[in-house]
Amino acid sequence: MQYRTKYNNPSVARKLTLWEKLYIPEVIRGMITTFKHLFRPKFTRQYPEERWDAPASFRGRPVLVMEDNGVERCVACGLCSRVCPPLAIEVRASETELLKERYPVVFEINMLRCIFCGYCEEVCPEEAIIMSKEYELSFRDPSEGIFGKDKLLVPKAELQERLDYLAKMRN
Amino acid sequence: MPKITIDGRELEAQAGQTIIQVATENGIDIPHFCWHPALTVAGNCRMCLVEVEKTPKLQIACATPIADGMVVKTLSEPAVTGREDVMEFLLINHPLDCPICDEAGQCKLQDYAFEHSRGESRFVEEKNHKDKRVPLGPQVLFDGERCISCSRCIRFATEIAEQPVLTFVHRGDHVTIVADPDMGFDNNMSMNVIDICPVGALTSRDFRFKARVWDMSFTDSICPGCSRGCNIRVGIRNNEIERLEPRNNPNVNGYWMCDHGRLSTYPPVNEARIEGPLMKDAKGIQQHTDNDAAARKVAEELSKYSKDEVLLLGSARLPVEDNYALLKLAKEKFGKQHIPFITHIEGQDERLLLRADKTPNALGATLVGCVADGHYQHVHGENEAKKTVLELLRSRKIKVVFSIAGDFLKDPQLLEAFEDVEFFATCSSNDTVTCRRADVVFSTSAWAERDGVFVNFEGWVQQLRPAVATKYFMRGIDHMHMSRLDRFGSPFDKWARGNKRNAREAWRMVELVANNMGARWKYLHTEDLFDEIVKMVPDFKGMSYDSIGRLGQPIATKHGEVKEPIYKEVYQESTERIESVGSVIL
Ligand code: SF4
Ligand code: SF4
Ligand code: SF4
Ligand code: SF4
Ligand code: FES
Repeated sequence: MQYRTKYNNPSVARKLTLWEKLYIPEVIRGMITTFKHLFRPKFTRQYPEERWDAPASFRGRPVLVMEDNGVERCVACGLCSRVCPPLAIEVRASETELLKERYPVVFEINMLRCIFCGYCEEVCPEEAIIMSKEYELSFRDPSEGIFGKDKLLVPKAELQERLDYLAKMRN
Repeated sequence: MPKITIDGRELEAQAGQTIIQVATENGIDIPHFCWHPALTVAGNCRMCLVEVEKTPKLQIACATPIADGMVVKTLSEPAVTGREDVMEFLLINHPLDCPICDEAGQCKLQDYAFEHSRGESRFVEEKNHKDKRVPLGPQVLFDGERCISCSRCIRFATEIAEQPVLTFVHRGDHVTIVADPDMGFDNNMSMNVIDICPVGALTSRDFRFKARVWDMSFTDSICPGCSRGCNIRVGIRNNEIERLEPRNNPNVNGYWMCDHGRLSTYPPVNEARIEGPLMKDAKGIQQHTDNDAAARKVAEELSKYSKDEVLLLGSARLPVEDNYALLKLAKEKFGKQHIPFITHIEGQDERLLLRADKTPNALGATLVGCVADGHYQHVHGENEAKKTVLELLRSRKIKVVFSIAGDFLKDPQLLEAFEDVEFFATCSSNDTVTCRRADVVFSTSAWAERDGVFVNFEGWVQQLRPAVATKYFMRGIDHMHMSRLDRFGSPFDKWARGNKRNAREAWRMVELVANNMGARWKYLHTEDLFDEIVKMVPDFKGMSYDSIGRLGQPIATKHGEVKEPIYKEVYQESTERIESVGSVIL
């Protein structure tokens, strides 16, 4: 409140001198800075032609690990859904003949809700949901933001770097 | 009366009680697995170890009788270490597969591992492996690895279900449970073992993996499966009933409910519902309409006929309020003193719970003044009872029928007798044969979607509570139970969007019809009707929704076959105290 009154109040604002009011010297000062940077090394990345490869510690969108036999690791325990602060995850379990007994018939993450906190990865007893490197998420419709198993399942081989990183951090 | 001291509190006790009984009655929670108040004492899990002064070793609280002046310590160092050691032993071979176990969240082993164990194991050996997913009977699956050999299920089968087919086999850490291979654990009480198993070793084939406990809300209600009216809790996720479980009421059902009630009463709430009120158009095709238009039509038709051509049909499946409202309409507009209803008698009364009468409220409907098809005749003596619905219809005088009963036309005899009926309006929650025959169908709330009062065959007045939200009954506004998902979900979340049906209580339809016939009823809630019943019907004298509460109340004047309560043991009389403690999981 105080902040607002102080800076919105014209009687408190600093009076400009005539030199400052002319603006031209300030414009020239700005142009000099711009020209200096023309000859310095460039930091700008030419996105999207040039993409950033995130390090293994990066928390991109959460994905489900798909084992080599094409089955998800997830046992649909629902812990990630319980821990997720913005309630982005829905898991619905069902029975499978496989040894793991339970699997997720429905596994959905609402990417409009996800805050990339990584809690789901941390709580998962199976290391079945992990943070990937993907950060490109844009949708034209809110319903597109709900990712089902088709979008979430990623083969284990593609996630090896993160899995190794997690193993390293654990010890 | 002997006095004992537990953790410094001096407590009155009765001679012959055990330490754990006195403790539980007084709200002191002594950790236990094998002890269950309704079963004999086995004393085999050793979890209930307590220190008793002047005794050299720790004692098990479940099997140690009290003595005057006894001093018990449940929190002393030896008692705590003793419990921790027992937990360590129990966990040696436990698979710790909580992530895939349905019990997780309400598991005694999980809770005690958190509260009463050291949090780490000193055993590095490979765990024993046993069979998983073994069917013990048609409804119950057994996981050998999770079993902690407490023998609760065996004692239940022998003592309560009286089908002694479960037993331990093998010895030591190879001990496991098998069912008689010829018979299997197959009886109408079988699923209760799933509730009393302190771990997730016994799981329900019907429920397996449907929902997590912490995602569900639980509402206390009454099973509508038969005239016993077992006290239950309705487990809801995303506005769908996922399962029912029994709730302890020593006067009605003890700790149990039957498999028939558990499995057959909830699917009709979830499935095959009608979408809203329907009315036949000029071509005889049912079209969607609204309640007001439907009620206008029914009122118009009812007024066309003389009193003797009209049949108003009550329902033993609906609470007393709805029957009362219909009866009131019958009295005010047609000068009838009684309305008939149809009961559903099937099979024999079972030894424990299930009754031959499969309707939950035949006595209640009778008490407010309806008359059944002969079954409850003796209750109110000579009256219209003898004219069964069938006779009435066969007399071919009936031209118009307005019924609040659901699917009664599935009975082919009745359907045939319906031939001469010119106009038929009914209330229904499901899409049934009856609905298809009707000219007007009001979409009414199922038993889990509303308030209401049932009276069981013994005269216990009990209360239904809304567990499933409808378009008119909202979770947040109407003080219904809310799970975490209900509280935080938005309309954009699929898991919070659950189907809310366009259905209201049947008495509201009766009220609409009555008001269209010139009456001026104004009831806001089901409770208003009950308050009126209390004033009009002596059997409900002095009652209110509050006084009925969660455990029910016997009718004021004892009509009908009111029997002694089925459970009368000392420990069960203390239920109310136990219930009030709340956190004690038995
Ligand atoms: S925590 Fe892991 S195993 Fe459990 S539901 Fe989530 S992803 Fe599946
Ligand atoms: S990263 Fe965080 S917000 Fe996103 S799904 Fe996982 S737990 Fe939820
Ligand atoms: S199956 Fe459950 S109730 Fe039966 S002995 Fe094992 S742990 Fe106890
Ligand atoms: S005995 Fe009757 S009331 Fe009890 S659970 Fe079975 S059907 Fe329901
Ligand atoms: S030994 Fe007492 S509860 Fe099991």
